[in-house]
Amino acid sequence: MKQEEINDKGRRDFLKTAAIATIATTACGSLACSCSSKKAAVAEKVRLLSPDGEIVEIDSVYLNHHENMAVLSKHEQRMGIPGKKFVMVVDLARCKNARKCVTACQKWHYRPEETEWLTVKLMKDSDKAAPYWFPKQCFHCDNPPCVKVCPVNATFKRQDGLVLIDNERCIGCKFCMAACPYSTRVFNWSDPEIPFDIKDLPYSAETGVPARVGTVEKCDFCPDRAREGLLPPCVEACPNGVFYFGDENEDTVSNGDETLSFSQLIKDRSAYRFQEELGTKPRVYYLPPKDRQFPVERGYENLPDKLKARFKDVMEESHLLEKK
Amino acid sequence: MELNKYQQELFNHQRPVIEKFGARTWKWTIFFLLWIGLGGYALYLQIAKGHTVTGMRDNVVWGLYIANFIFFIGISYAGAVISGILHILKVEWRKPIIRIAEMVTVISTIIGPVFILLCVGRLDRLHHLFLYPRLQSPITWDVFAIGTYFTGSVIFLYLALIKDFAIYRDAKLNIPKWQQKMYKILAIGYRGTKGQKRHIRISTNLLAIMIIPLAIIVHSVLSWIFGMTLRPGWHSTIFGPYFVLAAIYSGTGVLIMAMWVYRKMYKLGNYIQDKHFIYLGYIMMVLGAAYGYFTFSEYLTDWFGSEKWSNEVIDKIFNPAKYGWWFLFTNIAGILLPIFIVAFPKTRKPGWITIASFFMVIALWVKRYLIIVPTLESPLLPMQDTRTEYVKYSATWVEWALTFAGIATFFLFFTLLSKFVTIIPISEFGGKEKPVVTTKDSAEENEIAPA
Repeated sequence: MKQEEINDKGRRDFLKTAAIATIATTACGSLACSCSSKKAAVAEKVRLLSPDGEIVEIDSVYLNHHENMAVLSKHEQRMGIPGKKFVMVVDLARCKNARKCVTACQKWHYRPEETEWLTVKLMKDSDKAAPYWFPKQCFHCDNPPCVKVCPVNATFKRQDGLVLIDNERCIGCKFCMAACPYSTRVFNWSDPEIPFDIKDLPYSAETGVPARVGTVEKCDFCPDRAREGLLPPCVEACPNGVFYFGDENEDTVSNGDETLSFSQLIKDRSAYRFQEELGTKPRVYYLPPKDRQFPVERGYENLPDKLKARFKDVMEESHLLEKK
Repeated sequence: MELNKYQQELFNHQRPVIEKFGARTWKWTIFFLLWIGLGGYALYLQIAKGHTVTGMRDNVVWGLYIANFIFFIGISYAGAVISGILHILKVEWRKPIIRIAEMVTVISTIIGPVFILLCVGRLDRLHHLFLYPRLQSPITWDVFAIGTYFTGSVIFLYLALIKDFAIYRDAKLNIPKWQQKMYKILAIGYRGTKGQKRHIRISTNLLAIMIIPLAIIVHSVLSWIFGMTLRPGWHSTIFGPYFVLAAIYSGTGVLIMAMWVYRKMYKLGNYIQDKHFIYLGYIMMVLGAAYGYFTFSEYLTDWFGSEKWSNEVIDKIFNPAKYGWWFLFTNIAGILLPIFIVAFPKTRKPGWITIASFFMVIALWVKRYLIIVPTLESPLLPMQDTRTEYVKYSATWVEWALTFAGIATFFLFFTLLSKFVTIIPISEFGGKEKPVVTTKDSAEENEIAPA
């Protein structure tokens, strides 16, 4: 008992020393940095949690600023986040085609207005059935037809369930686009316009930026945000909490407002996967549009004309719109 | 090299073609080069501006280029299968036409893959195919299959040429020094000794046997680029044999057309006789019937099953407002016309058979287009896109220019090759067969009999 205590104390001492050493090194580094850049020392104290669980207070000047995006090796990008198994649940009863997800996705990935990694379709399953809004990302299939056909291993399946693309490897044969039954993938037909602030960012398969001409890209479930413990922008942006994103291993999914048990949710709400019969085993589950929160028209009325034109046929077929 | 009377006669007949690069040849060469130049400009645009200059977009990701790719690899079967099979069966009448057939093979196997490269967005990364190959991908299979097939075809053509190179070398032709030197090198010291003859015979036999399964693999693998996907109209078990059959069929058609052109151009009527057209016509007729059978069973099962997604494609192909007329054309010109032309003795003549071949070859090109585009225009999820170019594919001038550049290259290579080698192999031309202008009656007497 006594011995253990001593050991424990010894370990604690060691950790303390290590922590101080780390902070000291960091401080020295930033001190050197701040000296050279002649940064004015602001006496703002920042409280931090040290490795042994104590709260320490240090001057903010001594902190090193880390870029948002950690630079991952190609190998790490291909392996995925250990222990995770990402999954998405889309509640069709809540979608009213607000399209906040679409714009948030485009903004996060610096994509132009016409490139939609995430699209919202107006689905109508049969003649008499009522149409419903159907947001669609990449399904990150467990049996991905796109990965099977890639001749150069540019698109790959990771341990955490994601299907990503390395646009530095892609030769642009578009076979994956032909093979994907869900029209998920988009091609850079011409040189993409890249905003100035991301021009020099190192490319990562996890962020998909910067885009490159002649290569394929698609929804990536934003693993860079998952690494920081954040939800994908589409999930966060949705005003109605349509998207639940989470980890199948932890059995939790969250739409930002509520965190639920994944298995319970798909059981209670009879979730289904789109076109199960194709055998692709998607990682996206849909909750059927039962007891809807909004009438379909709500997603149509306020759209700009250009977008209205997309859905006009289905609206007319369903007698929700007078034929002109 | 000793030539017998008939060989000498044949050689003398073809000698001027090799010795003189006439004004007519120049004109054609320049004409073809102009087309290739236009294609070069189109290619420059496509590389500089990206694939946005083509009609391909996110739904229809493949278009004319892939159709051309299948087409050219298809016609390459003229040499591989037709001359391979005729060689193995030791069919005597094959001798005057095998060189044309093998030239079709080699040239179209060069041009075909160029078209798939035109489809690739990053030409600067082609080495990735070898640096990071994935064996699961049908494209990787294609790279290896076509590579092997091309090598085999070149060797097959070359083996049949060695004896002729020796003849050109020894003939004291009135040609520039470098050309004489070239023949000397290419003849690799062939003197017609017993051992040399034996080696060539054995190698040719071996290659003839190898080239047939190779050719079947190539087009099967090519069809699996489509067959392995989950798309309606593509995801079909008969695609392998269907493509192979279509390839041999169109290859026969191109061979007949090439024979007709050379017979006219170099006045080779004594050698490329009516019987050759008629025999190949018979082969074409049988293949046409088989092709018709495959087409019928493919579309009948899809239409009868009337699955929702398949139905969308079937509707596009059958509907006259969409691709219906084209589909009808492919069936009439591509199946019925050759069968009827050859079936009736009145039309069983070189001219008619060539015309039928011409329409059949065009019909088969259209058919390839109809296999690719309607399927890509029918995605599983509704497109709901307002950009017309994303909804419906229509090829741009860039794609057409490159297509015609490809055809021009085919003709140019043919023209140039025929200036270096005799279109009718001289060494193969034994003393046994006398060059006779065949009439209809004598053609009927001659049977396709293995010697």
